[in-house]
Amino acid sequence: MFLLAAAFTGTAAGTIHVPFRDIAAILAHHIIGTGLDLDASVDNIVWKIRFPRVVLAGLIGASLAIAGAAFQGLLRNPLADPYTLGVSSGASVGAVLILFFHVSIPFLGGFTLPAASVIAAIFTIFGVLLFARAVERSMKLETIILTGIIFSSFLGSFISLMIALTGEELRQIINWLLGSVSMRGWPYVQLLLPFFVTGACMLMYMAPELNAMSFGEEKAKHLGVNVQRKKMLVLVAGSILTGAAVAVSGTIGFVGLVVPHLIRLLVGPDHRHLLPLSMIAGAGFLILADLTARTIISPTELPIGVITSLIGAPVFAVILLNKKQKGSVT
Amino acid sequence: MLQVNELLGGYGSGLIVRGVSFSVKQGELFGILGPNGSGKTTLLNMISGLTKPSGGTVLVKEKPIQAYLPKELARVIAVLPQMTSSQFAYTVKETVSLGRYAHQKGFFKSWTAEDERAVQEAMNQTGTAGFAEKPLSALSGGERQRVFLAQALAQEPEILLLDEPTNHLDLSYQKELLDLLKKMAADGLTVISIFHDLNLASLYCDRLLLMNKGKIHTLGQPADIMVEEHIHNVYHTNVQKQPHPEVPKPQMSLLPEWPVQPDIEIDETFIEQHSDYLAIRPPVPLKALSSGVIGAGWGWRSAFVNRHVDQNYQLDNFEEEAAAYFSNKGFDLQETVGMMTAVKMEDAAWRKETQESVSVLAVATAGAGNAVDVTRPRTSWKEKQTPGTINIWVFANGKLSEEAFVQGLMTATEAKVKALADAGITDRETGTIATGTSTDSTLVAATQRGAYQQFAGSVTPLGIAIGRAVYEAVAESLQKTARRRASL
Repeated sequence: MFLLAAAFTGTAAGTIHVPFRDIAAILAHHIIGTGLDLDASVDNIVWKIRFPRVVLAGLIGASLAIAGAAFQGLLRNPLADPYTLGVSSGASVGAVLILFFHVSIPFLGGFTLPAASVIAAIFTIFGVLLFARAVERSMKLETIILTGIIFSSFLGSFISLMIALTGEELRQIINWLLGSVSMRGWPYVQLLLPFFVTGACMLMYMAPELNAMSFGEEKAKHLGVNVQRKKMLVLVAGSILTGAAVAVSGTIGFVGLVVPHLIRLLVGPDHRHLLPLSMIAGAGFLILADLTARTIISPTELPIGVITSLIGAPVFAVILLNKKQKGSVT
Repeated sequence: MLQVNELLGGYGSGLIVRGVSFSVKQGELFGILGPNGSGKTTLLNMISGLTKPSGGTVLVKEKPIQAYLPKELARVIAVLPQMTSSQFAYTVKETVSLGRYAHQKGFFKSWTAEDERAVQEAMNQTGTAGFAEKPLSALSGGERQRVFLAQALAQEPEILLLDEPTNHLDLSYQKELLDLLKKMAADGLTVISIFHDLNLASLYCDRLLLMNKGKIHTLGQPADIMVEEHIHNVYHTNVQKQPHPEVPKPQMSLLPEWPVQPDIEIDETFIEQHSDYLAIRPPVPLKALSSGVIGAGWGWRSAFVNRHVDQNYQLDNFEEEAAAYFSNKGFDLQETVGMMTAVKMEDAAWRKETQESVSVLAVATAGAGNAVDVTRPRTSWKEKQTPGTINIWVFANGKLSEEAFVQGLMTATEAKVKALADAGITDRETGTIATGTSTDSTLVAATQRGAYQQFAGSVTPLGIAIGRAVYEAVAESLQKTARRRASL
């Protein structure tokens, strides 16, 4: 319900207001082929511009939130987020390289950037995991986190280096880094969707294992979980989700950190409920954030990452404060 | 059930467990003991499949542990680690339910009635059902430990491994937990547990494994392990063994190394003589073995009282009355040996004897009215007798072995019998020489400082001192009471 309301509001609002009833009619027209007696320009705005944007924002929010929830559980660290393992830095390096060198791979055209970004993200995951494995064969989570931090800061400095060397692309790069879902359209949705479905299904299927692993790897092993394999699967699934999301929209902060927290406060830590609900709430949250980003000082659009951080940081601060006051251990 | 052969293992390059072999039968409660760093936890981790051994084999139900799938192994072995924590506020029931992970089958891992039953049973057994819906973070350390025990039990394992399970538990839950483990072992569960507390391990385990530096020091029944020498060799700590008061299992007491204390000599000057009681209050508690109205048996006592009562003193609840009396006089009942006699306190006698390095003070109140020859059969026992009791106190200024205490009692008794014989006191019913009276009490107390006295037999210095002092004191007191009677 929350998601539907957010989606409709997100589609309706903007410089040209479109009533909910018309949106429903347009969606019905495109999805189940009912007749349409509306202005073609309204149809275009809704179906070609606003609706894909809403769907994309929703998918990205869902991806980041579910990946964040899974990483927090797996790493037993409520402060973990989808970017902890350096995946976003990897994806950013891919994207910034494309922007920096103005490369455009034939066949891919406008898709060059997200494609390079996804590939860079996947390379980063395996880089992190292989390095962690080289450090310690049993791949303790602490090792993985440390490796992630190393990769993150290294790749981060790489991005800074490129920013320092750029001239007029600076604004473009910064904008990309701050994250945006504008002017993406259906192709981006199609690009993201397979990664999302794969990653989300893998994570939700592993909810019981995540429950066990949040009591520690040793306990999980005693309970009969094949820790090595499941850990790897969670990391890969979460990274696929994050990498794909970063690739199409840049680094959007705080969704993956705050949304799982809120849901955990509402329904408890059981991943069987936490994961799907985080996904829905993440989608709704990002749709509303995007709505705010493009309407608050309309017609100028703010980067969506600014909004999520503006909302997310205070919310998170309040949560932390409450928790400390209650005296429970974080 | 479980067989360990020549197991080697450890973390990093060093071997922590170096060649350990043993086997555990089904239904056994098996304890692993050893000092910190002796390899107990490493050994347990290899048995649970957590750590891969560097050498040797672990056979679980005659199948190598490596051949088990993780879920399959979790249905046979459950583990309760020292401490489990979670960052997140799972409820007790959610936590316990995770124990069913290995039993859930199929794509959707549906929750069956069987799962629910196992979880409820585990919570009931561990007394955690009462707070099933509470978050773990709201529980005390001991409650949390019981929740994780419930989780392990919900796995319905055949082997339960525990790492110092009583660590966070208070005394009553320690007992409850171990009683529960004992009961489940009797029902066929194999329990292997690491213990820090030697006495708990000895009390509950069927067999014990004492580890030292990664190897087996001793393996066997508690009586084989709980040997002062073994414990000293492994823990480098002085202990003394005693029997458990109720259960035929040995217990160990720590012997602290306190600074050397000055010697104390108990002599006549400590005797407080009043018309209705006689007392000795030594400056430090004395180790005493005694019979008497209060404070009988073994104990460390700081007051000794012999109370005069009227010869018609006859109460059903005499113990209560006596306790009230001693309390009134300002004696701490926990630390006092109290005796009673109809003999007048003026007729008490004492004697101090020194032999070589040991001295003994004997105090006696002796009345022969109820004199009895214990070796003669008697046809009847007259309830109302003339008053007469022989109470003997022996204070030894030395460090006595338990054997010396027993021999001290024997020697004192022999001296008493001789004093009666020399005084020609007879059992009035049988007409033969009496060996004592029907209500005698004896006490041997020692300062436990100064020279060590292992024996108190009749030819040892301590024995000779006891024999002479007791004989003289009893003889003198007998004379005094006899004179008093004659003068009446």
